[in-house]
Amino acid sequence: MSLPTENGLRRKNRSNQIKELVIQGVLIASSFVAILTTIGIVASLVFEAFRFFDKIPLTEFLFSLEWSPQTAIRADQVGASGKFGVIPLLAGTLLISFIAMLVATPLGLLSAVYLAEFAKAKTRDVVKPLLELLAGIPTVVYGFFAALVVAPIIRATGSGVGFDISSESALAAGLVMGIMLVPFISSLSDDVINAVPQALRDASFGMGATHEETVTKVVIPAATPGIIGSLLLAISRAIGETMIVVMAAGLAANLTLNPFEAVTTMTVQIVTLLTGDQEFDSAKTLAAFAIALFLLILTLGLNIIALRIVDKYKKKYA
Amino acid sequence: MPDYILSTSNRMAKRHAREKRFKWYGRMAIFISIAFLVFMFSAIIFRGASAFQQTKIALDINFSEAIIDPSSSRDPELLKRANYKPIVLQSLSNVIPGITERRDRNRVYKLLSAGAVFDLGEQVAEEPNILGKSKKVWLLASSEVDLFMKGKIDPNISEDLRRLKDRDIKWIKILQSEGRIKKKFNTTLFSSGDSREPEMAGILGAAIGSFFSLLVCFLIAFPLGILTAVYLEEYAKKNFLTDFIEVNINNLAAVPSIVFGLLGLSIFLNFFNLPRSTPLVGGIVLSLMTLPTIIIASRSILRSIPQSIRDAALGLGASKTQTTFHHVVPLAMPGMLTGTILGMARALGETAPLLMIGMVAFIVDIPKGITDVATSLPVQIFLWADSPEKGFVERTSAAIIVLLAFLILMNLCAVYLRKRLERRW
Amino acid sequence: MINKTEITQEALSILPPIMTANNVDVFYGKKQAISNVSLDIPENQITALIGPSGCGKSTFLRCFNRMNDTINICRVNGEIKFSGQDIYDPKVDVVALRSRIGMVFQKANPFPKSIFENVAYGPRIHGLAETKDDLESIVIQSLKRAGLYDEVSDRLSEPGTSLSGGQQQRLCIARAIAVDPQVILMDEPCSALDPIATAIIEDLMETMKEKYTIVIVTHSMQQAARVSQQTAFFHLGELVESGDTQAIFTNPIQERTQNYISGRIG
Ligand SMILES: Nc1ncnc2c1ncn2[C@@H]1O[C@H](COP(=O)(O)OP(=O)(O)OP(=O)(O)O)[C@@H](O)[C@H]1O
Ligand SMILES: [Mg+2]
Repeated sequence: MSLPTENGLRRKNRSNQIKELVIQGVLIASSFVAILTTIGIVASLVFEAFRFFDKIPLTEFLFSLEWSPQTAIRADQVGASGKFGVIPLLAGTLLISFIAMLVATPLGLLSAVYLAEFAKAKTRDVVKPLLELLAGIPTVVYGFFAALVVAPIIRATGSGVGFDISSESALAAGLVMGIMLVPFISSLSDDVINAVPQALRDASFGMGATHEETVTKVVIPAATPGIIGSLLLAISRAIGETMIVVMAAGLAANLTLNPFEAVTTMTVQIVTLLTGDQEFDSAKTLAAFAIALFLLILTLGLNIIALRIVDKYKKKYA
Repeated sequence: MPDYILSTSNRMAKRHAREKRFKWYGRMAIFISIAFLVFMFSAIIFRGASAFQQTKIALDINFSEAIIDPSSSRDPELLKRANYKPIVLQSLSNVIPGITERRDRNRVYKLLSAGAVFDLGEQVAEEPNILGKSKKVWLLASSEVDLFMKGKIDPNISEDLRRLKDRDIKWIKILQSEGRIKKKFNTTLFSSGDSREPEMAGILGAAIGSFFSLLVCFLIAFPLGILTAVYLEEYAKKNFLTDFIEVNINNLAAVPSIVFGLLGLSIFLNFFNLPRSTPLVGGIVLSLMTLPTIIIASRSILRSIPQSIRDAALGLGASKTQTTFHHVVPLAMPGMLTGTILGMARALGETAPLLMIGMVAFIVDIPKGITDVATSLPVQIFLWADSPEKGFVERTSAAIIVLLAFLILMNLCAVYLRKRLERRW
Repeated sequence: MINKTEITQEALSILPPIMTANNVDVFYGKKQAISNVSLDIPENQITALIGPSGCGKSTFLRCFNRMNDTINICRVNGEIKFSGQDIYDPKVDVVALRSRIGMVFQKANPFPKSIFENVAYGPRIHGLAETKDDLESIVIQSLKRAGLYDEVSDRLSEPGTSLSGGQQQRLCIARAIAVDPQVILMDEPCSALDPIATAIIEDLMETMKEKYTIVIVTHSMQQAARVSQQTAFFHLGELVESGDTQAIFTNPIQERTQNYISGRIG
């Protein structure tokens, strides 16, 4: 065995340096994939959406109250007679999200509060994974369940009390989506509630407040910003959710607030426009990208606001 | 004695009652969510369990050479495509008396699946010696017969409202009395691709499509995710660029999945002209979706590895890269794998983005590679759920059961990995 | 100059104790934090609990209003009486008990609400005010008693957390007073405050003891000597010695007490 010569060491050093540089290059390149993905998403949506707005004016898209892209199928009519108002889709999306949040908010918050404040450690250990299981179920399963089981039940109940409920109703989709959202709200709120300093609880208990009073009058108010953040995240998810609404909500672009009627959503229309027979470049196909851009702005906006609120909240008690 | 600290006052009682009520609200909320979960699972299992069985009808088939292979060529392709209908009809009329008219013959033939003759063809092509002999063969029954055997068709409702008529039921009873109709384990479900006929439809094609998509997804997302996490945690200095990358990753995690589908459609299909409806593109799209999850999980694992390990390696004269890849990454690997498996489990259940890139077509063939057209399990569920045939309901549920089984398996793997390789610092 | 009051050891024993602890043991899980402590708390006096860190002062203090109930693993044996009633009796309502025995914590912990709402919290939950005016007068009265009113009278609707540390601590005292308790437990109320804020609170305690009985945990022997009439010295979970403050500081019986106040343990 011979000792390395000085020359050899130097050469080794150089090759090591090159190796380090190459590896760092690879690492940086990998991290750029995230940026490229974002650019790809924004660029493709914006590009196609612009081509759509060439054919259909932005004002019509944003303000028209009618959505009926079907009539634009004939080539000579492209863009001429199809109605591309996003309002009914937005209304449908919001109606279903509203119903979902109506279900998910009380269930999620009460579960979170109970688990964080009242439940025994053993109960928590059993219940938390079960709730997380709800979040792990593919949405296509929820969609199937909503369409096959929940919608008929709602319909039967409705006709039982003399209501006429369409087989695809905002209610069925909203209810099931609400359950899907429960774990998102409960786990985030759980974190938020646990972040409320024990000192505040002690102060309240020390004054002779019951646990319930402590929770509702001190802990929840203190956690409110974080809870609002978690609700916004859930809304963002509801708006972007696709499969449940595709399978259970329907295609009819009704501008209605009636949860018993069928409504359609932005995601449903994207799927419908892009899965049927499609010719590229038609206003109909391009409309999907315009809706998607709209959807992206909406969900990302909500998300950014939510994360800001949660961040600020966490810093407050950090 | 001061009774004011005893719970005697009305007001106190009310306050405690309110607390009790509040706790009950919490319990109710949890109960409702879990009851829903149980209800959903049991409804799906209840509907899907029967799909693991399939009704078959036993017939004594006379493999007459004159009809099947008149030219005695023994060419497998010819044997497969030969006309087995007369043979089957003959066997049927041997069992069921009184079918002479053409209408009756066609009707009784419908008790069998349209796939029954294909199965016969396959069997003969595989085993040509059977020609000229007679053998009892279990043939696939039609979906209607299958549903009836599973008690899913009520014979008491008006005949007009069902496709299976009283006469068909009479025939089934005859077959039953001879022990020639039975429910057997449904191999078709696990061995074939999609079909228009419920009784011939299987999930193998979709499962393999899912497998290939996940494979592509893994091959892209795992290395990229880990390298990005390593870069951000171990190398990057806090500056505008790394902040920007972080913001990007966090926002990508919140982008609705369908938008990734549109990305796939316009960039990978239309711009790069990658083949439509293939696991290749599906996998790429899924990998981009999964990437943020893997990065976020891997970063938190890297962060949990104590600085002392890096210091020790650096102190021995190891370079940054050696320290990172010889010491830090191996220690973090189990955790990063766990995060990846969980991300892949999520990807396995994704449907919407795959619809956008055309993996939603009706595909009978089993895909053989990542560039073959394919669907995936959740897309297959979506397609079957949408189909009007009643026989698909149980199959959809069965496909869901299989999908959930895979998901649970992956999650258990993750839990096992975490438990097994967990280190406490 | 150590102690201004004229109450002597004899006088202390004449006054009936408002609270008594008999053979109290406290366990955190398997670990014993307090063993066999007996102590009387005389009414309208200030009792100081002193001792080195970790000796169980806080733990013992928290027995008096059953705050230890909020810690899952904590178990209390023995007997603690409040006006002759065993407070660990199952018939006792902790909520009612704590409204009689208030608490002020080491670190000021105002609720993230307005100054007014902080003080109004107790009266509200206990239903002490019939009308809005009642509530307002309770709040103002309590702030005055806590010596904070003059400083905050024009900004009652500002958040309690916007006050200075000393003001926050007085706000917490006002909050405790607002429920009109008989006993106030204070766990190192001045440890996070500067000398001036500390002096203000010490003066405040002096006036408060006319109306309330105070038990205070303190790390500062000077503080104990300045404010209290009775002192109890804890060491390793045991009550080593208790009695008239002056006596303890000038003429301790136990060697351990002697060592502690002369700075040899702690
Ligand atoms: N929540 C708890 N869980 C477990 N052990 C605890 C808990 N609180 C206190 N202890 C233990 O009980 C013992 C007494 O603690 P305690 O806080 O009463 O001491 P202390 O005299 O107030 O100290 P300090 O002067 O530092 O506040 C300590 O050994 C401590 O570790
Ligand atoms: Mg203490």
